[in-house]
Amino acid sequence: MTNTIADVTRESDVILLVGSNPEEAHPVFGMQIRQALQRGAKLIVVDPRNIGLSKQAAVHLKLKPGTNVAFANGMMHVILEEGLEDRSFIESRTEGFEALRDLVKDYTPERVAEICHIDPEDLRTAARLYAKADRAPILYCLGVTEHSSGTEGVMSLSNLAMLVGKLGRPGCGVNPIRGQNNVQGACDMGASPTDFPGYQKVTNPEVRSKFEQAWGVSLPAEPGMFATDCFPAMLEGTIRGLFIFGEDPMRTDPDTNHVRRALSALDFLVVDELFLTETAKLADVVLPGISYAEKEGTFTNTERRVQRVRKAVPSPGNAKPDTWIFTELMNRMGYPQPHLTPAQIMEEISSLTPSYGGISHARLDSEELHGQGLQWPCPSPEHPGTPILHVGQFSRGRGLFAPYAYVPSMELPDESYPFLLMTGRILYHYNACAMTDKTPEIVEIAGGSFLELNDQDAARLGIADGDTIRVSSRRGTIETTARVSGKTSPGECWMPFHYLEGNCNWLTNAALDRIARAPEYKVCAIQITKA
Amino acid sequence: MSLLHVTIDGIPVEVEKGTTILEAAERVGVKIPTLCHIKGLMPDGSCRICTVEIQNRGRSKMDTACSAHCSEGDAILTRSEAVVKARRGILDMLLSNHPTNCFSCPSNGECKLQDLCYEYGVKETSCPGEMSNRPVDDSNPFFTYDPNLCILCHRCVNTCHKIVGCGAIDTMERGFESVISPAFGMPWRESNCESCGNCVAACPTGALTSKRKQNYRPWQVEKKVLTTCPHCAVGCQYYLMVKDNKVVGVEAADGPSNHNTLCVKGRYGSYDFIHSNGRLTDPLIKDRSTGEFRKASWEEALDLVASKFQAIKREYGNGALAGFACSRSTNEDIYMLQKMVRTCFGNHNTDNCARV
Repeated sequence: MTNTIADVTRESDVILLVGSNPEEAHPVFGMQIRQALQRGAKLIVVDPRNIGLSKQAAVHLKLKPGTNVAFANGMMHVILEEGLEDRSFIESRTEGFEALRDLVKDYTPERVAEICHIDPEDLRTAARLYAKADRAPILYCLGVTEHSSGTEGVMSLSNLAMLVGKLGRPGCGVNPIRGQNNVQGACDMGASPTDFPGYQKVTNPEVRSKFEQAWGVSLPAEPGMFATDCFPAMLEGTIRGLFIFGEDPMRTDPDTNHVRRALSALDFLVVDELFLTETAKLADVVLPGISYAEKEGTFTNTERRVQRVRKAVPSPGNAKPDTWIFTELMNRMGYPQPHLTPAQIMEEISSLTPSYGGISHARLDSEELHGQGLQWPCPSPEHPGTPILHVGQFSRGRGLFAPYAYVPSMELPDESYPFLLMTGRILYHYNACAMTDKTPEIVEIAGGSFLELNDQDAARLGIADGDTIRVSSRRGTIETTARVSGKTSPGECWMPFHYLEGNCNWLTNAALDRIARAPEYKVCAIQITKA
Repeated sequence: MSLLHVTIDGIPVEVEKGTTILEAAERVGVKIPTLCHIKGLMPDGSCRICTVEIQNRGRSKMDTACSAHCSEGDAILTRSEAVVKARRGILDMLLSNHPTNCFSCPSNGECKLQDLCYEYGVKETSCPGEMSNRPVDDSNPFFTYDPNLCILCHRCVNTCHKIVGCGAIDTMERGFESVISPAFGMPWRESNCESCGNCVAACPTGALTSKRKQNYRPWQVEKKVLTTCPHCAVGCQYYLMVKDNKVVGVEAADGPSNHNTLCVKGRYGSYDFIHSNGRLTDPLIKDRSTGEFRKASWEEALDLVASKFQAIKREYGNGALAGFACSRSTNEDIYMLQKMVRTCFGNHNTDNCARV
């Protein structure tokens, strides 16, 4: 997030919520959005489903999945047409405005309404509300990113915020609500084929030589392979050995049959896990790691806030700290890596990562911070951290407008597979529920897979609420339970991605974002029959 | 803006107009008991236990510190004879409709009503009579509502409406019949309640209690460890409550992103898995001919992994290996994983589950 949860919920006049259902996916953030609405902030919901918050929205654009770029371009068209843009912000802080203006000229509300299946007047209302507000954050989530045009969707939202000067101020910004507890940190820490820790580029010779010196090895100049590109490479035989730390792609990656074939094609698969997951079952060696309650360390939340994780209980049996496992393996593979405590590892991180330069366990534990954590960039031990990014100036100097045209999703409904399927999260579970399904009360409340089906479609198919249905895509078939309602539009369905039985990822499409290589979980084509 | 001058138990304090007596007292470190008050919300003023004596211009009056604003020249007494008498009276009245069989109450030892009765020497009510006898709502899997232990302070209702923003419960009926309930008296489980348990945490008595309390008594908690929730990226801060080396519960902390609130996953779904029987306790090596795993020593498993990876690298080159990190794990773990890939595999084939 460019801003903090506190400022976007306490200091905003309007909230533009795009492809995000925080009441279920980020409940404590959702609670603070509800408080903002009680305070009088207005809400614009852009989501293909009726989410809980859409009842309280001033406008709900119930758009067709996969059309976010068209929506954002349409918003900008209206803003420019009605002269609501922030001229002085555009002139003093940005570049590339002309290209944007030329592109969005074609996105009239009427044309966008046709692409997105919305009312053009609602688009105009939303654009006016957002543009005229003094302070308005854009909050978005996987509804924007999990598309073949995901990165283009994010850039289009950034264009929108820059056009009205809503960046670098409290109650504004472009704010991705990150998914997992430490997905921000995992990216910050350089678990990326293109970046070292702190987004320092692998292709930059100076950066590479810094890490070569610190680690005492020579490092290749060419970037590596994205995880989502590794699966096809396993089938081709390019990737032959894989170490998976705590991931369960057999449940969480798209097109499970494809994932199974890829993992089975490996010469050697190692999984470091807490449980014998579906992926671990395919491994040659499974190594028992330890949970967050058994280790010291840090997580970085969606606000870029680094906070402590502390050991509360001993680990079971012969399970070992994951850093111990990696260090032992490194030494056995010939790299002399001393065993370090998590606090010492953070010292190494801060010595090599400018944005984490002032972060240490000692400082995070100190009275000085009162348990408030530190938000990066935090370049030095005296630096208080950075709650809001891009204040006064963008990280790159001037903010660059990066206009994109709308491109339809990769797999759209047709005669054989007439329904569009989206996937997402529910309140009670987390991802593959390796953790949440160990709580019996949670399983009692939310124990099984289901598919949300539009009531008109259900009537046509002769399917009643609660019926068992068979759902197929070009990649697989599952059985699940129908939930019939008006939550989704006709022709559109939605499924949670948590469950082993009736897992939607047997159906989903491994088509990837053209830039960030995220799968298109939010759009694939399915057919439905009564089981 | 001109400041108002008041004294709290003789201690002078200057406050802005609109400051409540409770806020003024907190500023000079004088503790006034509260039951219904929730800091940051509009005062409820229903329990009256924060009653204080206010003397000004020769007049004396009693008022509730949570809702009464300071006036110029107020001499506020928080523990005068009249105040203590009034509070005893309030506790006496509360006990007239509250059972005192505390031994069997899950909140025994962490009940504010019990603490206050002990502090003010109120052992039993002086007005015995009819007591509420309503059915217990046991329908929510995580917690129980016993209306017979409820003092109608509305902390749960205010928490649900104003902090959580869910509005699942409200005060139903009037007078002696008053009860906290979801709409139309429907069972908790069937309402729009999200089971976040923030109401349970707000309850000062044993009316709303976590069912997990059956596993421990409050004084048996050996330590509380402040940590970060492992589910979504909001980064809520909470304490893991440990008894006999096991996590038995979670208590919200005042973190910068959660301010003492939690969701159902954080409060109830973040510790059973730690002690699950399904946890892996030893390295496992698969026999490729049978497909069965067998337990192995760390020595054997690590040697096997290292030698296999090195053999693949020798035969197919550096590019043939990859390592994925876990975005549920700590920064320190992830840093070491990518360092292992880069220094030992000799490539940049490392990624995390940010995309999936």
